[in-house]
Amino acid sequence: MSDVNLTPNIDRPDDFYADLLGAHEGLSKEQSDALNARLILVLANHIGDSDVLRGALEAAKL
Amino acid sequence: MLDDRYQLAFKAYPYQRSPDQDAKTPVRHPVVIMGGGPIGVATALDLGRQGIRAIVLDDHEGVGMGSRAICFAKRSLEIADRYGCAGPMLEKGVVWNVGKVFYEDRNVFEFNLLPEDGHKFPAFINMQQPYFEQFMIDRVRELQAKGAPIELRGKNRVDSVEMKEDHVVIHVMTLEGPYTIEADWLIGADGANSPLRGMLGLEFEGRVFQDSFLIADIKMKGDASFPTERWFWFEPPFKSGASTLLHKQPDDVWRIDFQIGWDVDRKEEMKEENIRARLDAMLGPDIEYEMVWSSIYTFQCKRMDRFREGRALFAGDSAHQVSPFGARGANSGMQDVDNLGWKLGLVLSSKAPETLLDSYDFERGHGADENILNSTRATDFITPKSEISKIFRNAVLNLSEKHAFARPLVNSGRLSVPCTYDGSSLNSVDGLNAGPLRTRPGSSCPDAPLADGFLLPELGDDFVILAIDAEAPGAFEQSGLNVRVVSVSSVDDPSGQLAGRYLGEAHSAVYLIRPDQHVAARFEHFCEASMRAALRRASGQEA
Ligand SMILES: Cc1cc2nc3c(=O)[nH]c(=O)nc-3n(C[C@H](O)[C@H](O)[C@H](O)COP(=O)(O)OP(=O)(O)OC[C@H]3O[C@@H](n4cnc5c(N)ncnc54)[C@H](O)[C@@H]3O)c2cc1C
Repeated sequence: MSDVNLTPNIDRPDDFYADLLGAHEGLSKEQSDALNARLILVLANHIGDSDVLRGALEAAKL
Repeated sequence: MLDDRYQLAFKAYPYQRSPDQDAKTPVRHPVVIMGGGPIGVATALDLGRQGIRAIVLDDHEGVGMGSRAICFAKRSLEIADRYGCAGPMLEKGVVWNVGKVFYEDRNVFEFNLLPEDGHKFPAFINMQQPYFEQFMIDRVRELQAKGAPIELRGKNRVDSVEMKEDHVVIHVMTLEGPYTIEADWLIGADGANSPLRGMLGLEFEGRVFQDSFLIADIKMKGDASFPTERWFWFEPPFKSGASTLLHKQPDDVWRIDFQIGWDVDRKEEMKEENIRARLDAMLGPDIEYEMVWSSIYTFQCKRMDRFREGRALFAGDSAHQVSPFGARGANSGMQDVDNLGWKLGLVLSSKAPETLLDSYDFERGHGADENILNSTRATDFITPKSEISKIFRNAVLNLSEKHAFARPLVNSGRLSVPCTYDGSSLNSVDGLNAGPLRTRPGSSCPDAPLADGFLLPELGDDFVILAIDAEAPGAFEQSGLNVRVVSVSSVDDPSGQLAGRYLGEAHSAVYLIRPDQHVAARFEHFCEASMRAALRRASGQEA
């Protein structure tokens, strides 16, 4: 069983954050919601491992 | 007093007076089946073939009009084959493999079912439900001519029942007045609205979905035609429904389902001009067609808590109801019958204790849960219930056009496959560790080609020992159970598919297979003591 990694793991956090906001720039609320949903699906597929995905869902609930 | 609640497609069992109606005291029968739909008739076939008297009572005189079920899965055909009526189904049915998914105005992807080869039957056939029922009734007639003790009594409505310790008293209404019979066992195959459930005060719980679908079965005129594929639209541009399904049936008939929402005026929607308006928007103005059948349905996923109540056993829609996505209604009912028939046969001939029937409740309850889970998930995808579920649904569809990864997430119905009875008390511990997972104890036997013919027709009806590249006795008997032995070796398996499905990494295997073609136990070699223990377990003689 693998655990979701909840320690810092993003190479350049500030760059990533700026990219994330950038991707949403100029989008309506509806378009942003759709983009977020697609992004979650893309990332989830990349992870694949169902234990990690379940762990991520739990972690996101705070 | 005995008015038809629906029109008939085929008048298959007209009312005839039975001597039971003139008997001084109620006649006792081993099995009475309430309901002559597909599940009731299949139950009669299963029991009648075993020489058990089975009386079907139905308040109509034949098969209901309108196709309802159209997708019949391989497992249902295999069961029908065991009963001897799969031939005409295969001949009549339409085989399809390609499915297309559309989102708005785009064909986002297409798939091929690519069914595994080396099976006698295709993954599915499409065929109007009345044909499925009629072919089984034809088989009943053939068996009756050979003396099978089956009776189909039309216009015999069960009005009330009295549950006794060891039988059920059944009060029946006919055109010529009431009469009473008794049954050791009563099978409730009386459909989703099961009056029997009501008579016994039993609950039917689950989820009702707030949506409705308009079905139109149409026959194309002239040379207008669509390919033999399954087309599913999410949010189609022609706006005739929030989703739309197009599927081919025999006789040049196409099934179209429009998702039309919850708050609809049924009467208004069912007017031919309004149905035609939806169809014309979808097909374009130039296509001419004739309307064969239409209906509006809502759907729910519900099940009874237990499928056995004293001397009553429930099968088919009376026991569990699923939404139509995934074609699990009639298909799962056929598996109920497959599971129940042999158990009831053993109990009635005193070869197994009555408690064997509790395994019917466990195994088919497991099947019902699996079907409800699958069909609920499909329903949630097709008819998203919240804003966010719709956002995710549409995200999946948009991604599916570009990226293969998203396609398995698209759920327009996961098509019915037989359930594996993991955890059943009839299973023995897996004794073939190197064996494939798909044939572990509890599994439905996958078919495989043999040098001449197929494996499944060699199995079933009785307990069978399947010995693959292994020594086994010529026959086997225990407490009145006669076990046939089927021995095969690599010579019988030129394609290697049998070995792939039943041996895996093992060099030999000995399977104990139940009369419903499910695996009860498997070992690497034949060992008499283990086989006897497995047989005792599988027939409910040992917990
Ligand atoms: C739109 C639609 C599409 C579907 N598509 C599929 C599909 O593709 N594949 C699939 O597998 N399933 C499908 N189904 C489900 C399938 O039609 C049912 O699961 C199937 O008909 C159930 O069979 P049954 O014999 O249990 O019940 P029913 O067919 O309902 O038969 C019950 C019988 O009991 C009789 N009866 C009722 N009360 C009494 C009484 N008091 N006394 C005597 N008789 C009585 C009735 O008249 C009836 O003949 C679909 C259903 C719908 C509505």
